[in-house]
Amino acid sequence: MSLLTVSGLTKRFGGVVANRDISFTVRPGELVGVIGPNGAGKSTLFDVITGFARPDSGTVHVDGHDVTRLRPDQICRLGVARTFQKLRPFHGMTTLENVMIGAFGRTNDVNAARRAAWEALERVGLGDRADAHARGLSTGQRKRLELARALATGPRLLLLDEVTGGVDPGAIPGLIALVRELHARGLALVVIEHNMGVIMDIAQRVVALQLGEVIADAPPADIMRDQRVIDAYLGEAWRV
Amino acid sequence: MKRALAAIVVLAVLAFPLVFARPFPRHVMIMIFLYGALATAWNVLAGYCGQISLGHAVYFGIGAYTSTLLIREAALTPWLGMPAGAALAVLVSQVIGYPVFRLRGHYFAIATIGVGEIVQTLFINWDWAGGARGLFVPIKRPDSLLNLQFHESKAVYYYIALGLLALALGVTHWLERSRRGYVFRAIREDQDAAASVGVHVAREKHVAIAVSAALTALGGTFWAQYVLFIDPESVFPLSLSILISLVAVLGGVGSLWGPVLGAAILVPLSEGTRVLLGGTGKALDLVIYGALIMLIAVFQPSGVIGLARRFRRDRRQATGAAQASSA
Repeated sequence: MSLLTVSGLTKRFGGVVANRDISFTVRPGELVGVIGPNGAGKSTLFDVITGFARPDSGTVHVDGHDVTRLRPDQICRLGVARTFQKLRPFHGMTTLENVMIGAFGRTNDVNAARRAAWEALERVGLGDRADAHARGLSTGQRKRLELARALATGPRLLLLDEVTGGVDPGAIPGLIALVRELHARGLALVVIEHNMGVIMDIAQRVVALQLGEVIADAPPADIMRDQRVIDAYLGEAWRV
Repeated sequence: MKRALAAIVVLAVLAFPLVFARPFPRHVMIMIFLYGALATAWNVLAGYCGQISLGHAVYFGIGAYTSTLLIREAALTPWLGMPAGAALAVLVSQVIGYPVFRLRGHYFAIATIGVGEIVQTLFINWDWAGGARGLFVPIKRPDSLLNLQFHESKAVYYYIALGLLALALGVTHWLERSRRGYVFRAIREDQDAAASVGVHVAREKHVAIAVSAALTALGGTFWAQYVLFIDPESVFPLSLSILISLVAVLGGVGSLWGPVLGAAILVPLSEGTRVLLGGTGKALDLVIYGALIMLIAVFQPSGVIGLARRFRRDRRQATGAAQASSA
């Protein structure tokens, strides 16, 4: 059975159709990439799946539960965590405290949450910055912080909105390695990414969006040959 | 060193009424405790959870009216009226919270002002609650703890007010170290991000306002017993809601001791200008408040407590540098 099932999802903002009749699935442990030009509806899709926006029609199921009308915190508790394209750490709190908030979804005990947060920070390689304030971190470190905060909730599915966007090029390989490692440990991931080299490398399957619609859903090798994807997004340089 | 200092402060506060027998210094201290407690209560919702309420007079007034009406209608001791007022304030806060918590930032603050004005207008027109004329607390002699009335000396009021402040600080301290303290701060920083990692934002806000409203209502009952007369003009005004927030902001929001520090600065200032200048200096204390708030907002947004922290940090760095250079 699939872990995430999106079927017939449509989301309008006034006259603009941000998502039109979108359907796709994610199996447990799968790594799915989402690509598409700016304004294709990628982040809106994440917002609808995680309960931050209500769809006009269509449904979202997580592990058989209908989550279409649930709040973000309820969806998170069902095992779906996300990061934001525009990073949103809790600025006035330390790195450790940021991650503790994620851990509180699983425990009410402060010490247990602190331990879980430490583990998550070690996992993303931020253990040495535990006491730093979030506002003092670099962009790459903040991406790791958001990852740790999401991981601390104990997700089965992680939605990552632009892992490498805005990050110093030197920090990109480390982040990619981290995503690979999470995937290797059995976590299912949906990754929005503009860096085609990265997405074609790590994804098992790629969903391409254009103007709110799915124009292709296939393994990376096939996506690169898909004429509609090339026209809409990749450009001729990617033709194999 | 730090413990010894704390012990000295506690002893000094406890012994104060024994040294100062005259009413005025005791009155100033009582007002510091009361405003300290109210600002601490406000700080739970506004400082930690980030929901800037400018309508807290509602809960203060409910505390004052509940106990006073229960004394008048049912001859109930204010010691029972006090928790009854707190319970009613919690109930009202939940009803108010349901619509206004949908609003964020400035819009939330504006809505709380609106709610405060509505409640004041209701009480002005409610004849069963004394209407605009207000209510006297029936005078009971001789002084007794049961009736919470003391006409001969302010000493007992002093310790009760101190108890209220201690309770508010105790609750805040406990919250600060529990799961809720962390979650409240996360909501203050970014409520969407908090929701994305499993925080039930609406429920947490309702808990924050319940705690805040209950503590504020206790202060309202105390005030009614202290002045023995209440009316909508004195317990429900917008100016009180704003004053409570000013005290907290001046001292430092989101910290345990900030609101108390704010009360210790603003209350003597207000009482002092009132005594020194009398009617001619009306509202001069507000002019000084305004100037202080502007200075704090520009130079030290974290409040006076932020100044103290900075001073301590600078000194630590200075001694660290001195040790390094001598080594």
